[in-house]
Amino acid sequence: MLNAVLFLSACSKKEAPAPEFSEKNLAPFSVEFDNIVGDRTLSFNNSASLYRNSAGEEFSISLVQYFISNIKLVTTNGNSYTVNPDSSYFLINGADKGTRFAKVNVPEGDYAKLTFTLGVDSLRSTMPVDKRTGVLDPAYGGGHNLGGMYWGWNSGYIFFKYEGNSPVISDNVNGDPTGKKQFKYHIGGFGGYSASTINNVKTITIDLSAGGVAKVRKDRKSNVHLLVDLMKVFNGKNNYSIAAHPNVMFSDYSVSIAANLVEMFKHDHTEN
Amino acid sequence: MMGIFVLACKKNQPVKEEIESMFGFVKPVNFPEPEYDFDNNKVTKAGFELGRALFYEPRLSRNNTITCGSCHIQSSAFTQHGHDVSHGIDDRLGTRNSPPIMNLAWNKAFMWGGGVFDLDLQPIVPITTHEEMDESLDNVLGKLRNMPKYTGLFRAAFGTEEVSTARFMKALSQFMLMCVSSNSKYDKVMRKEGGAVFTADEREGYVLFKEKCASCHSEPLFTDGSFRNNGLPPNAIKDQGLYVATLKDTDRYKFKVPSLRNLRFTAPYMHDGRFLTLNAVFQHYTEGVQDSPTLDPLLKKDRTGIALGDQEKVKLTAFLSTLDDEEFINNPLLSEQ
Repeated sequence: MLNAVLFLSACSKKEAPAPEFSEKNLAPFSVEFDNIVGDRTLSFNNSASLYRNSAGEEFSISLVQYFISNIKLVTTNGNSYTVNPDSSYFLINGADKGTRFAKVNVPEGDYAKLTFTLGVDSLRSTMPVDKRTGVLDPAYGGGHNLGGMYWGWNSGYIFFKYEGNSPVISDNVNGDPTGKKQFKYHIGGFGGYSASTINNVKTITIDLSAGGVAKVRKDRKSNVHLLVDLMKVFNGKNNYSIAAHPNVMFSDYSVSIAANLVEMFKHDHTEN
Repeated sequence: MMGIFVLACKKNQPVKEEIESMFGFVKPVNFPEPEYDFDNNKVTKAGFELGRALFYEPRLSRNNTITCGSCHIQSSAFTQHGHDVSHGIDDRLGTRNSPPIMNLAWNKAFMWGGGVFDLDLQPIVPITTHEEMDESLDNVLGKLRNMPKYTGLFRAAFGTEEVSTARFMKALSQFMLMCVSSNSKYDKVMRKEGGAVFTADEREGYVLFKEKCASCHSEPLFTDGSFRNNGLPPNAIKDQGLYVATLKDTDRYKFKVPSLRNLRFTAPYMHDGRFLTLNAVFQHYTEGVQDSPTLDPLLKKDRTGIALGDQEKVKLTAFLSTLDDEEFINNPLLSEQ
């Protein structure tokens, strides 16, 4: 009986024609960032069952956090909508399931393309202090050693913060002299204020047509479910070893890692 | 005095309003337009007083021992006199010489090695740096929220008791923006105040200054705000200055050109405080400049460094002493209350 009801309702959804596109006719829409590690789910500090990258290095994860911003959608008919930047900044914290959704309001419609930014663009990275509220508040997250994403000494934000442990890390200055065998990847760099510097702001565009068009209607909660594969940090376009690069922050090498980050996002399905 | 007397004859409330409306940032007539955006943060009496309280507040540090004023001492023109590099929390030592809090309204970039472009974001650096205050901004705001003194000061400055990052930063900026040094003998000579004139040595030193120093230490701030490599041999930690913030090879070993104001109070000199006296600085420019790919072109024109005879050094020293501003270092408005 329950199955039949579901079946019927699914049918009726499919047949509902897309309403006329209007920027005044907004409805809820969300993107879900479901963090995984290769073919396993994400768990923290799981030393009993370590992950293994393609270089054969075992590791555990203690922190993963990243900024998602500037969400833009394009309908099957080619109408596009950009969410107001003031309500388009999200900090996804892998340890806090409550933060896995970027929830916005967009016009009712059938969307086949999703675009977002991984990071904080230069305009937002240089704005006056009063505009830096919510997740962009430099005080947010309890400081740099905790979940803080603001970079003080080289003013800007960390876009992607990924920390963990690996037995392959040496105890000397080339690894972790504290002996905790920690790796730290703090990837940022918005392109520079007065002169151009490294730019690790990444734009990700995802075609939703294969995995499911997002049918945004007022009486539904359309959710695009993405899998975010943290293994790609090590094994994307560029392969690198944790032992060789255990700490990457504001440095030229961060560009190679940032290039991998765009490959983390895969559309799994859409819940309409 | 007369003005205040006349005002005092009016009823209490208008007097208070009048005095408060008179308070604020005033550009010295011989200074250029400031870089700071005052439209976004007008200096008010209450905002300045909150900023001053915060500047001298030890709760900005992890164990409530270090204030901004610990490393920026007014009598030393807001530097840490006698320390080559800053001496912070738990007796930890930093890597750079504490720079003066002086004429910051005209600064385009902050820190010896750049990286910060907005005064309103600058205090986050010393608050969070391990060797300085070693605290998180979040914790600082939390401590302040629990103090009736601050809820009152925030209300007076911003209308409500809310303690936010923006309010905290803007109040600190208001205090620092008021740290203006513009009443040295040089300023008075330039403004033709009270018949101030240079002595013969000072005048000749001024001519030498314009010929040999002014292209980087430009008047009237005595810095052009740029980052340059002045040929110092790299120090033990190989501090590469601006390069660390930009990762551009052309920025290696470049540091911000410091102002020459208040040199009598701000020794030691250079980004790492390596020179204890002005003579050591002269010696560097005459004999110690080290050539490298990023050495400033102005220091390798006819020769490496700057030619300066002993008599010229004496005259230059005489001129530089006219940039010392006793009123600035003794201004009670800028002191801990």
